[in-house]
Amino acid sequence: MTLTQAEKAAVVTIWAKVAPQAEAIGAESLERLFLSYPPTKTYFPHFDLSQGSAQLRGHGFKVMNAIGEAVKNIDNIRGALAKLSELHAYILRVDPVNFKLLSHCILCSVAAHYPSEFTPEVHAAWDKFLSSISSVLTEKYR
Amino acid sequence: MVHWTAEEKQLITSLWGKVNVEECGAEALARLLIVYPWTQRFFDTFGNLSSPTAIVGNPKVRAHGKKVLTSFGEAIKNLDNLKGTYSKLSELHCDKLHVDPENFRLLGDILIVVLASHFTKDFTPACQAVWQKLVGLVAHALARKYH
Repeated sequence: MTLTQAEKAAVVTIWAKVAPQAEAIGAESLERLFLSYPPTKTYFPHFDLSQGSAQLRGHGFKVMNAIGEAVKNIDNIRGALAKLSELHAYILRVDPVNFKLLSHCILCSVAAHYPSEFTPEVHAAWDKFLSSISSVLTEKYR
Repeated sequence: MVHWTAEEKQLITSLWGKVNVEECGAEALARLLIVYPWTQRFFDTFGNLSSPTAIVGNPKVRAHGKKVLTSFGEAIKNLDNLKGTYSKLSELHCDKLHVDPENFRLLGDILIVVLASHFTKDFTPACQAVWQKLVGLVAHALARKYH
């Protein structure tokens, strides 16, 4: 699936607001994920998952940074996330169903922090954008 | 047998008390049709769904959104008997409406995003978790009579 010019613009505009809060929003998204979907915690047995933990904040920041890379390279997400795609396929092997769950939680965090900007069109663009990222990250699985 | 703690029920009912069912229902259904355009397949008789603006302003979308969320309100009054509450509606969605139950999950998640945007920091991760449980159970109850 390809993003239209309008969708790309919507993604970039919201990212400008999210980027300075990347760590907080990333950590909150993971917190939402682990509370709403407890099985997702099985990928983090080595983490302290308590609210505000350093590991949660660090990992949330990492995830959001990767999204930031995708935003910066929105015309070539596949190229920008090639290494991450291999990491997920060969090392992490996170079951593909989980990408939808995390994407949903990221949308919830963004909606909660930027309600007036999160119009239906922006919502659609971000859902599609996160879905593209998820596709790229799982495309080398087999 | 579904079990709700007192805290979970409290998180649901206290939030629900602040929801404008008509506005929230209209917004949730509109966003479903905008974010997942293939869901428009069930609404051929609704008229103009050609753009997000058309969908948001469409009176049939608003009316139907209100109907759907009003039914959700019934579920909240009967948290201990979701299966019973949705039994007839489940048969209807299978036999007459022919709706793939996946759509109940999609709408449930859209509702969650709408609640997040309305209640912002009050829609905490803990609050979301309880509501995810609820929308999941509603989707399950609506799918239960499928054959």
